[in-house]
Amino acid sequence: MTTAKAVKNVPPHPMDGLLRTERIPHIWCPGCGIGTVFSAVLAAIKNTGWDPNTIAMVSGIGCTGRMAGYIRLDSFHTTHGRALPFATGLKLAKPDTKVIIVSGDGDLFAIGGNHFIHAARRNMDMTVVCVNNFNYGMTGGQQAPSTPLGAKTTTTVNGSPEEPFNLCDLAATCGATYVARWTAMQVRSLRSSISEALEKRGFSFVEVITPCPSSFGRRNRMGTALEMMKFYQGRSVIRSDIDPSEAVVDIDREIVVGKFVDIERPTFMDHYEKVNRLNLPQWRAMHPDHQKGR
Amino acid sequence: MNGDEACCEGALAAGCRFFAGYPITPATEVAESMSRRLPEIGGIYIQMEDEIASMAAILGASWGGVKSMTSTSGPGFSLMMENIGLGICTETPCVVCNVQRAGPSTGLPTLVAQGDMMQARWGSHGHYEIIALSPSSPQEMFDFTIRAFNLSEYYRLPVIILADETIGHMNERVIIPQEEDIEIVNRRKPTVSREDYLPYEADADGIAPMANCGDGYRIHVTGLTHDDRGYPAMDAKAQEKMITRLVDKIRKNRDKIIRTQNLYLDDADVVVVSYGISARSAMQAVRDARKDGIKAGLIKLDTIWPFPEELIRSVASRSKAMIMAEINGGQMVLELERSAFGACPVSLVSNFGGRILHPGLILNAVAKAAKEKT
Repeated sequence: MTTAKAVKNVPPHPMDGLLRTERIPHIWCPGCGIGTVFSAVLAAIKNTGWDPNTIAMVSGIGCTGRMAGYIRLDSFHTTHGRALPFATGLKLAKPDTKVIIVSGDGDLFAIGGNHFIHAARRNMDMTVVCVNNFNYGMTGGQQAPSTPLGAKTTTTVNGSPEEPFNLCDLAATCGATYVARWTAMQVRSLRSSISEALEKRGFSFVEVITPCPSSFGRRNRMGTALEMMKFYQGRSVIRSDIDPSEAVVDIDREIVVGKFVDIERPTFMDHYEKVNRLNLPQWRAMHPDHQKGR
Repeated sequence: MNGDEACCEGALAAGCRFFAGYPITPATEVAESMSRRLPEIGGIYIQMEDEIASMAAILGASWGGVKSMTSTSGPGFSLMMENIGLGICTETPCVVCNVQRAGPSTGLPTLVAQGDMMQARWGSHGHYEIIALSPSSPQEMFDFTIRAFNLSEYYRLPVIILADETIGHMNERVIIPQEEDIEIVNRRKPTVSREDYLPYEADADGIAPMANCGDGYRIHVTGLTHDDRGYPAMDAKAQEKMITRLVDKIRKNRDKIIRTQNLYLDDADVVVVSYGISARSAMQAVRDARKDGIKAGLIKLDTIWPFPEELIRSVASRSKAMIMAEINGGQMVLELERSAFGACPVSLVSNFGGRILHPGLILNAVAKAAKEKT
């Protein structure tokens, strides 16, 4: 209650209109990079100028998944790994809605990996922002499919024996029309990439290398949150338009960032309308009005 | 048409315009029919990567304001349990048709069973109430699918159709009424402004009006325990309040939800209780018993969940014996025993699946029960 009172005296924030301010303070740890990513997402949304009532956010489970609870949009905090199929249903039921998915590396690529590759293959018209902090933060820092080889987590105390995914390469291979990676420190580039991804028709993907000082950083002796952020930024090398398979994330050597894919490809709905000889306005007119009767 | 096709037609008649599914015997014909029919009337059919995704997609579509369903059988039903729980917790209207085959695991993919009755009731983790209907013919597949949509829209939860392989693949005449003769229920919408709207504040009947995505209410929906605003609330008090409402909205409306078809109950000594395909075997057995001079009766459970406890209790108190006929090792018989509460002996006629119950088996049990008393 004391925190709620304290919040009342805080001056208005430019993003207040897009925030469920009554839910602040948030649950993220001090120094967590998710807030920076969230702020970039909010700025990018604002930048589009879209009517907020036509935008929906869908998330899975985990620290990043909580973004959906703080944004003042139609927002859905679903089950672990299932944000993409939920979003697929939502988008197809309401094709005018702009759908943004925010979730972590574990949610999207371990438990949700199957859904990710198929949503990208179908080229569902939606934007995925993936906060990659190299571990499962919410549960205290366990190994994830993004954990670097040899890195320490609570379930790999001697170092991870697995090689991680290159998330951007995976997204590109599966058919994403827009793929970019930045660190949470590169705020301007990140913001403009998310903006581009939102405006992009098709399945767009932005990965953000984000510090998790409380879990990943602590166990791998990466210093304070700020040091961690600077470390990631220092390791990053901008190489836009290279083949994403060469865009490696190796925290010991280099983290390749940039925009790797920006292509045009028909979406699921484009194909669906074509094979079923429908066009969208007609299709919309055929939808029953659910408000009728009640 | 067969039962699976009748399910599809019932769904379309109810206003379903979104189907997400994954092929599985013996429910594949529901998906195939949907894939042909939905694009004709401006709907969306999508084949998902698995049943987990199918269930997630129909929840998303429902929040998008479109009536949605999926169909499956045992192995897929197991995968759907996670997001059925999400549908319960977030109060999302949708319909799941489970055309049951014999399990566990891959079991007998092409052969009948009724082994998922308790899974439908308790399969997702945590405590909740569910609605499940059990059709005994292609006509009932059509009729009950419409009812399943109406119940799901009204009570705001996933409603399960517990069909079985025999009903799904059985071809019978199905009468499709004129559109104006079909009763359609749509979800209740909020009438208040965005500022005054509490997404999970219930009306007097325990049901909260539902704003769809894009209606301008900017709702938050979460599978976490939540308060009336829909915001996560991580304490026992919030849990108590939320679950009480989720449970009560079904329990307190039991009379409106539960339906049975009763035969010769007025003077029956021995009452057979059954559902789905087994109810047809049971009906034959009861008629044969009457020909033999045995006062037999039948309760056919059209609604499986909630279970008609009050009806069973009153019938048990004036019966000599009750018999459950079902194709599993004895699932609904547990409910029958619980509800009869010792008022009369309860027994089971069953097999483990792979074939339907022979009416003669049920008749023997009826005759034995009638004899034991006298």
